[in-house]
Amino acid sequence: MDITIHATSLPHDDPDASLVFYRDVLGFEVRSDVGQGRMRWITVGPAGQPDTSILLAPPAADPGVTEDERRTITEMMAKGTYGWILLATRDLDATFEKVQAGDTEVVQEPTEQPYGVRDCAFRDPAGNLVRIQELR
Amino acid sequence: MCQPELRRARVQAQRLADLARLRRVRDRIDREYAQPLNVEALARDVNMSAGHLSRQFRAAYGESPYSYLMTRRIERATALLRRGDLSVTDICFAVGCASLGTFTTRFTELVGMPPGAFRRQAAAGGADAVGAAHDAGSAITLEGMPACVAKQVTRPVRNREAPVAEQPLA
Repeated sequence: MDITIHATSLPHDDPDASLVFYRDVLGFEVRSDVGQGRMRWITVGPAGQPDTSILLAPPAADPGVTEDERRTITEMMAKGTYGWILLATRDLDATFEKVQAGDTEVVQEPTEQPYGVRDCAFRDPAGNLVRIQELR
Repeated sequence: MCQPELRRARVQAQRLADLARLRRVRDRIDREYAQPLNVEALARDVNMSAGHLSRQFRAAYGESPYSYLMTRRIERATALLRRGDLSVTDICFAVGCASLGTFTTRFTELVGMPPGAFRRQAAAGGADAVGAAHDAGSAITLEGMPACVAKQVTRPVRNREAPVAEQPLA
């Protein structure tokens, strides 16, 4: 078998705000953008890595999700306990400086962790935790 | 949209905005735990009273902002103690605690041994020996685990304070 990780998804609650974060703040390219209003599916990813994407998707779009479940999901997103992703970069400090220069919410300054990695963390506009780890 | 539906939508939008505000408080604790933070100042910055913030925060996250802040500090303290090059007192202040007594008490409650014992054990047997004494961390290897998961796994857990009976003799 030869399987690649093609795309993973993160929920948005304001597609335009998420687009600005992933495109303008993180510098990802936009690979597709379909739908309208809150029902938008936006595929982004780092330049030079066309095989791996993040799909920014409306949460709870599956019609099988009940009203209660939908409420729980949107509340978890708002309180920041729902979506998360782990990214990596060679130059953590430069990345941190660039990302925090906007009005991005910082959750953690670059920190040496006891389990052998150095990382920092931000919130995306939808409340997802975006942790960035240093490649070394 | 009819009136009750409109009102429900407005109430829900307000609830989400309130939760997002609590998230910012929690994130600020995560980022600025080493500063002399207190609940009054945190509350002031989001235009709430301290009591209201504490109640709302507890309702959303299951613990008070003060408890969350202390857990974050103890988590960071365990990381610094494992390094072995700083004294307990230095670490207490480095993680934002103003009182060595409060720090030691809460550390012992969460980790199951006083910080000095934890430091000695880390120095003697490496992180694994300490992990073995740590209720939640006993059978867990962090090697190869994504950082965010490792962080959650190693974080001391409120309401999962180390059992006193199993406290190792140090």
